[in-house]
Amino acid sequence: MIRLSNVQKTYPARRGNDAHNALRGINLDIEAGEIVGVIGRSGAGKSTLIRCINLLEAPTSGSVVVDGTDVTTLSKRDLPLFRRQLGMVFQHFNLLSSRTVYDNIALPLELAGASKAEIAAAVDPLLPLVGLEDKRDRFPAELSGGQKQRVGIARALSSSPKVLLCDEVTSALDPETTRQILTLLKDINNRLGLTMVVITHEMAVVKALCDRVAVMDGGVIVEEGGVEGIFADPKHATTQSLLADEFMDFRAGSDANNNVTGNTAGQEG
Amino acid sequence: MFSTLAPILLQATWETIYMVAVSLGIATTFGLPLGVLLATSGRGELFEALWFQRIFGPIVNATRSVPFIILAVAIIPFTRFVVGTSIGTSAAIVPLTVAAIPFIARIIEGAIREVDSGLIEAAQAMGARPVQVVTKVLLPEALPGIIHGLTLTAVTLIGYSAMVGAVGAGGLGDLGIRYGYQRFRPDVMAAVVITLIVVVQVVQSFGDYLARKADKRNI
Repeated sequence: MIRLSNVQKTYPARRGNDAHNALRGINLDIEAGEIVGVIGRSGAGKSTLIRCINLLEAPTSGSVVVDGTDVTTLSKRDLPLFRRQLGMVFQHFNLLSSRTVYDNIALPLELAGASKAEIAAAVDPLLPLVGLEDKRDRFPAELSGGQKQRVGIARALSSSPKVLLCDEVTSALDPETTRQILTLLKDINNRLGLTMVVITHEMAVVKALCDRVAVMDGGVIVEEGGVEGIFADPKHATTQSLLADEFMDFRAGSDANNNVTGNTAGQEG
Repeated sequence: MFSTLAPILLQATWETIYMVAVSLGIATTFGLPLGVLLATSGRGELFEALWFQRIFGPIVNATRSVPFIILAVAIIPFTRFVVGTSIGTSAAIVPLTVAAIPFIARIIEGAIREVDSGLIEAAQAMGARPVQVVTKVLLPEALPGIIHGLTLTAVTLIGYSAMVGAVGAGGLGDLGIRYGYQRFRPDVMAAVVITLIVVVQVVQSFGDYLARKADKRNI
């Protein structure tokens, strides 16, 4: 479904900053219907990686093939059309404060020029799917963090994408809400058979949600494999230390997902 | 006394409202796209065009550096070219508009830059074309700030319109200078000042009301 071949991303030097190689040759195959986690610490390049899939960041070299199309060759005209096949969910939700829940979810369809009837047909079933039937006409300011992220997920699903890109979607949420959101995503994957790419810095998210995982450090994938294998036998030092974080969290008596401030990750790139 | 003052006061108030409303309308027509482009033409932005910044940035700053009364006099040839005369209420609309365009452009630019860049990214990820990012995301999200800014512009223009009164434009400023000051009529001066205060209050309250209605960030 998604194949990244030798993807490199270099940010040019500017204003006294040296050129920065965010990605140094990424190879990653993602099958249709699977949930692949990409885990790493801040600055590892995982946010850049996910943005290379929908070309929010253009790779400096290499190819990104999604559903048979090399998307790096798409023209400026065709790029928006391609992006409509991909849904994206964000750490900080990125909802429009001026729109109600319903109108936020409808936005991707509006952008694609759908009629009011088409929009209603797509959005109405999504509200119960994410458990927001009673919030239809509320504004984001009236919602909790978990509810906002449910809107974000419904919005990403409204244009019936084949792929869902999740960028640190639980990092701004408390542990209980994190569990609910992860359950919802798993449920969506089961029901709709969506391919999902999940960026995170928490092993607990990988464990709860993913089939496979790629561990990133310094712009490369240092280890990759099935989630169970990686958890049972982590080979690379980065993987081991990410797992050790989880263990320490448990030992300290707090939840593995605990990240109340939620702003340490997702700042890279 | 009041019966003789009332008609000219009413006439002058109407002239002020007319000058401010028309110049605000025309200036917004030009200032809005200019502000949007100033906010989105920087490096790596939606409509990257550095030449646009380099040309229009300094022009906007230069226009805003000139004191209004100087500007109004300096562009008299242009005013004459546009409306055929440099005296009167309609002629005053030209300098008011010229002064308000860069003012509005900077205000719109500021309001748009306040919009969280994450929203632009989200819209692009949804497949929004650049124009759609502006119409569906940036302008609606910046609307409360834009309304506040246009209210500020209207109040500023009311002040400016009193200045163009000094060069024969009519309106409350003209009335205050000719009757209140030159004919030693403190009653007229007081009436003009009170009317100006009331007009500004009404405009400000109305603008605040609209901005509050548009703002869904704190419910």
